[in-house]
Amino acid sequence: MRALCWEGVHKVRVENVPDPAIINPRDAIIKVTLTAICGSDLHLYDGYIPTMERGDIVGHEFMGEVVEVGRGVENLKKGDRVVVPFTIACGRCFFCQNNLWSLCDNSNPNAAMAEAMYGYSASGLFGYSHLYGGYAGGQAEYVRVPFADVGPLKVPAGLPDEQVLFLSDIFPTGYMAAENCNIHPGDVVAVWGCGPVGQFAIKSAYMLGAERVIAIDRIPERLRLAEKQGKAEVLNYEGTDVVQALKDMTGGRGPDSCIDAVGMEAHGESIGAIVDMAKQKTRLSTDRPHVLRQAIQACRKGGSVSIPGVYGGFLDKVPFGAAFAKGLTFHMGQTHVHRYLRPLLERVERGVIDPSFVITHRLNLDEGPEGYEIFKHKEDACIKIVLKP
Amino acid sequence: MPSPTTEQIRNALQQEDVARQSHQKRDRINLGQIERWLSGLTGGVLLGYGILRRDWIGATMAAVGSALVVRGTTGHSFLYQGLNINTSQQERQNATSIQHNQGNKIVRAVTIQKSPEELYHFWRNFENLPRFMQHLQSVTVKDLTHSRWVAKAPAGKEVAWDAEIINEKENQLIAWRSVGDADIDNAGSVHFTPAPGGRGTVVKVVLEYKPPAGKAGQLVAKIFGEEPDTQVREDLRHFKQMMEAGEIPATEGQPSGRNKQ
Repeated sequence: MRALCWEGVHKVRVENVPDPAIINPRDAIIKVTLTAICGSDLHLYDGYIPTMERGDIVGHEFMGEVVEVGRGVENLKKGDRVVVPFTIACGRCFFCQNNLWSLCDNSNPNAAMAEAMYGYSASGLFGYSHLYGGYAGGQAEYVRVPFADVGPLKVPAGLPDEQVLFLSDIFPTGYMAAENCNIHPGDVVAVWGCGPVGQFAIKSAYMLGAERVIAIDRIPERLRLAEKQGKAEVLNYEGTDVVQALKDMTGGRGPDSCIDAVGMEAHGESIGAIVDMAKQKTRLSTDRPHVLRQAIQACRKGGSVSIPGVYGGFLDKVPFGAAFAKGLTFHMGQTHVHRYLRPLLERVERGVIDPSFVITHRLNLDEGPEGYEIFKHKEDACIKIVLKP
Repeated sequence: MPSPTTEQIRNALQQEDVARQSHQKRDRINLGQIERWLSGLTGGVLLGYGILRRDWIGATMAAVGSALVVRGTTGHSFLYQGLNINTSQQERQNATSIQHNQGNKIVRAVTIQKSPEELYHFWRNFENLPRFMQHLQSVTVKDLTHSRWVAKAPAGKEVAWDAEIINEKENQLIAWRSVGDADIDNAGSVHFTPAPGGRGTVVKVVLEYKPPAGKAGQLVAKIFGEEPDTQVREDLRHFKQMMEAGEIPATEGQPSGRNKQ
């Protein structure tokens, strides 16, 4: 089959590789009908996620048709159309049973490696480094899905792929980010980053009862989408003192919750942001936490900072004193996708939201390498790329 | 900070194990029981009498007395340490196949979302163990308390030993030791304790082993000696995965650009 393989920093290639096979009883093999490039794939592309190996098949947002199931999978059969969570979870450990699916104890074959880095291991992920399990990803014609009896969600025939694909990651991720804001009536939510996750976070914040959402970015078309589709007030951070602007927009109180939908590769204009860039480029630091700093600084007293953006290592000069003084609450982590699949599918079915609004580019899998370049440089007004195998 | 590679993380894990083992070897107790009691009692008398005298001689006696009390209670003599003498090991009884402090000891625990009964019964059927213990080739149960264990060694070789159960409490504990002419002397126990608040069962393994000297020992050390702690940890992790998820997560055999067609 053809698959998109990571071959080094800024290098992905379409290769002919063997088809996947059932390895464990609870596996299924899915024929991918649609897949997407995620903003977090760019962290792999840029080489900031450790333990990638040449030849790793990437991609964790995908859906398709079941072509084979292991003997432990009774709820799926050949021909079923499913969307697959990017987090791999067993469904039976303490964490899965407590609805914390992305923290599953039993799905990472390289758990010892993650323990050495993080103390304990989170769940395995598709196509997201050996630290997260080394599972082959879904930017391919076929993919092996472990624990297929608890992960994949069957989707109704009436809904096109483009409307359900994003249940695999970015819709639940944006939704969980909003849920983590603990929104109350009258709340103002500030969202840094108007990429796909930011766009879903904006819509989700309104679904969960926010009074106002303020979206922060610098890319005109992303701000436009946030304004037009998301009904957010927008703030271009270029030439703006973001913290002061947010204070002014909220009657001096500050936003009740702040969402960092940017993560480890933040851009910014301050001296701190420039120093971050230099340190990361020279490998003196792992993450550029410019947005996180701003979110902490801007958040109102007793508010929540919600972090769907990915961080990988050690963060410099995070104003923890401000976080402490203001009694902030932090929520973060990989999305517990399984938790949101059904409720969010129902919203798509009812027409509350059409998740395909973020798609700007439709390419073939073979054009994947080009897609990574376009997405990385935000060329051609790119917001979200889907790939058809 | 550079991103660590897979290799660097694996090396760090190994170094951690080596450090832990050398720490275990630096055991501080080097006095036998009888000597410890004598030290403590003499020290106590000197200390008490010295305090009662309330003069310089008394103060000296009290000082010497307290040193002896410390020596007795901790079982550690700095003089013996300097002379490399250890009287603590000669008097040990031969209760297990490995005398105390004579082998390498590993203690590891894991919490599993199953009842003690279920876990105990799975483990007690020793023939199940090779299903999650990577280096075990087979366990053959001979009778209620005796079994034959065969483990994989490098270059297609194997090591074997007979084991007997020396203590057993249903749903709580199994303890065993190797008997006879074992390729590797070992003794161990596994404990099943309910965890609080519906968190399942804590499974704790205590394992002591002593590779033989000579060529065979080197071979055995290769499989058991290099990272035994990592092995026990991974075996327990696989036990948990098998019991909870019903399978051990794996990626061997999946496609990648490294095996392109």
